[in-house]
Amino acid sequence: MIATGNHAVAYGVKAARAEIIAAYPITPQTQIIEKLSEFIEKGEMRAKFLRVESEHSAMAACIGASACGARAFTATSSQGLLYMSEMVFWAGLGSFPVVMAVVTRTLAPPWSIWNEHTDMLSQRDAGWILIMCESVQEAYDAAIQAFRIAEDRRVRQPVMFGLDAFSLSHTSERLDLIGQEEVEAFLPAPEGDWKVIDVQDPTTYGNMAGPERMMEIRHSIMERLRGSASVIEETASEFSRISGREQAGLVEEYRTSGAEVILVVAGAASGDAKDAADALRDEGVRAGVARLRVIRPFPAERIRAAVQGCRAVAVVDRDYSFGSGGIIGREVASATGIKPFSYIAGIGGCDLSVTDFAGIARDAISRAESGEEGREIWWGIKGSQGPSP
Amino acid sequence: MGDQGITGTFTLRDLTDEEYLLPGNAACPGCAAVLAMRIGLKVLGPRTVLVVPACCMSVVQGYYPKTPSRVPIFNTAFAASAATASGIRAALEMKGIRDVNVVCWAGDGGTADIGIQSLSGAAERGDDLIYVCYDNEAYMNTGTQRSGSTPEGARTTTTITGKAEGKKDVPGIMMAHRIPYVATACASYPLDFANKLRRAISMKGTRYIQLLSPCPPGWRYPAEKTIEVGKLAVETGAWILYEWTGRECRLTGPSSGLVERSKRRPLEEYLRIQGRFSNADPSKIEDMKRRIDEEWERILALCKG
Ligand SMILES: Cc1ncc(C[n+]2csc(CCOP(=O)(O)OP(=O)(O)O)c2C)c(N)n1
Ligand code: SF4
Ligand SMILES: [Mg+2]
Repeated sequence: MIATGNHAVAYGVKAARAEIIAAYPITPQTQIIEKLSEFIEKGEMRAKFLRVESEHSAMAACIGASACGARAFTATSSQGLLYMSEMVFWAGLGSFPVVMAVVTRTLAPPWSIWNEHTDMLSQRDAGWILIMCESVQEAYDAAIQAFRIAEDRRVRQPVMFGLDAFSLSHTSERLDLIGQEEVEAFLPAPEGDWKVIDVQDPTTYGNMAGPERMMEIRHSIMERLRGSASVIEETASEFSRISGREQAGLVEEYRTSGAEVILVVAGAASGDAKDAADALRDEGVRAGVARLRVIRPFPAERIRAAVQGCRAVAVVDRDYSFGSGGIIGREVASATGIKPFSYIAGIGGCDLSVTDFAGIARDAISRAESGEEGREIWWGIKGSQGPSP
Repeated sequence: MGDQGITGTFTLRDLTDEEYLLPGNAACPGCAAVLAMRIGLKVLGPRTVLVVPACCMSVVQGYYPKTPSRVPIFNTAFAASAATASGIRAALEMKGIRDVNVVCWAGDGGTADIGIQSLSGAAERGDDLIYVCYDNEAYMNTGTQRSGSTPEGARTTTTITGKAEGKKDVPGIMMAHRIPYVATACASYPLDFANKLRRAISMKGTRYIQLLSPCPPGWRYPAEKTIEVGKLAVETGAWILYEWTGRECRLTGPSSGLVERSKRRPLEEYLRIQGRFSNADPSKIEDMKRRIDEEWERILALCKG
């Protein structure tokens, strides 16, 4: 079939048999929840849809449902995600296996509905697993895998997966659905044994804990999030088997072997980065791409291995942390110990094309050749860039 | 089920000996809110889930892994009680569990102020939950700051000369949502509260009870006077006990005998027993009396239908 990224998410969530959906509309996420609402109203999906009055309440309702052992889903974007943020942390720090789709969009002011990743990355410390999708197909695949990862006994942490505003959410591409039987074998009905609300076995959840317990509580989240890396890989390879489509796992390496320059990217523009690598290779420039499919837990070792031995590492961030830098650029620097060329590009939906990626790769090589150290570069900014920070 | 289900009045003998809120909680001595919770849980019974946002009741539970509660308590964020309860209710329904009371137990700040949006959302959707707002008329957990539910003239740490504005009428706001049941109660009248809770339990949809809960440190009176302070609130007419079922409104308990102003004790008796009104001069007290009269007129008009 042909579907938009938003509809792909809805098909994935339907196949995953989410039981509770609580959501609030925001452009460009609306089609996800409209489609799910339609599935439920037409009786094609057995779930309850809570049409809540805010994103804060959407996540609160998902947490309440998850606390009863139900499979809960929501979707949001930009302002909605920040409005929800208190509950995003509640889900993460409370280890509730909720799943959320985030259609990545620029934060206001000024108002903008266009693509940027800062919204989703702002929640990176909340105890969630963060997946970034490259294609419409991957959005569907991620929706199904997300529940299995979140509910896995070794993980039991929430998962959010991002899809780029418009370039994925509203772009129609080919989508292959998996047979429902295969999905159900891959993702059985929720065991719900993570439930904390049970009148037969009453417990008090979330009352005060003193400093003498907090380190341990947080440490266990840290361990499970770290351990989730292998579960994500395992889930991806199992999904590759049932779907017949190679899944990326943590990092997808594209033509990285023997590369002199590697573009580190995430999200929908990754395909353009790969096209740029192809074009550069045709011209004799050995370019490769390391695509981060997962940003939390940060696949430090995989990235370190991917960029090993290349002359220039060019990280392309469609996000920014003021006072620090490109968020992924910073992560790559700390993971690899090398100071990458950190390109800030595509901010606020600004074009980020194959030509841009090719230009970035060439720029990084020439900077490396002239002995320049890694630095931050605002790619495509009009006027002078000013001194390097 | 339906609101006509409960007609008979519940007496002390009908209240179970079973305790669901055990001794050894972390409330201040003389805390009316926790007394009422003990009574409330007796009425609600073991098939109850409590949802508690940030408030004194989150502290009263004491430190994990200990708890004084024999029913599940789910602690949630300050603004999120009703939405959390909506999610719980929806999940229980999906799991085919239908005989559980889902009950929010929230402070006045978490109800009148930061939580009013999620409460309004749940009420508009008609989500099946009971919402008890224990009203100690300020943000006590953080040290007695003014809330929307603080009455005119009350001193708090953010209104040191006394609150200039009146108390927000949350029961009125809830009635405007056309939910099946809205009532006020006071911790000093446990049976009146118990009967209202029973009535609420017998219905479906969003049900709201606002329970005046005197608070010794916040209202500045000695702990042993808690019941007396609550009684004075009712007997002076400052707090009106009533219940509203959409079709009709009626006064309950002592309030039914206080329609005539002359039957009520002088407001000053209620004000003087507490430190929080010590700044109220005679003209302020006249303003307060006027507001109380207006409230009586409004409720009596509702009762006339
Ligand atoms: C979002 C948020 N803002 C502020 C607080 C701090 N806070 C915790 S409890 C509380 C006051 C609660 O007042 P109320 O709801 O009236 O309950 P009470 O403490 O009086 O029982 C405040 C302000 C918080 N926990 N969360
Ligand atoms: S401050 Fe008031 S409401 Fe809070 S526990 Fe103490 S007495 Fe109860
Ligand atoms: Mg209060």
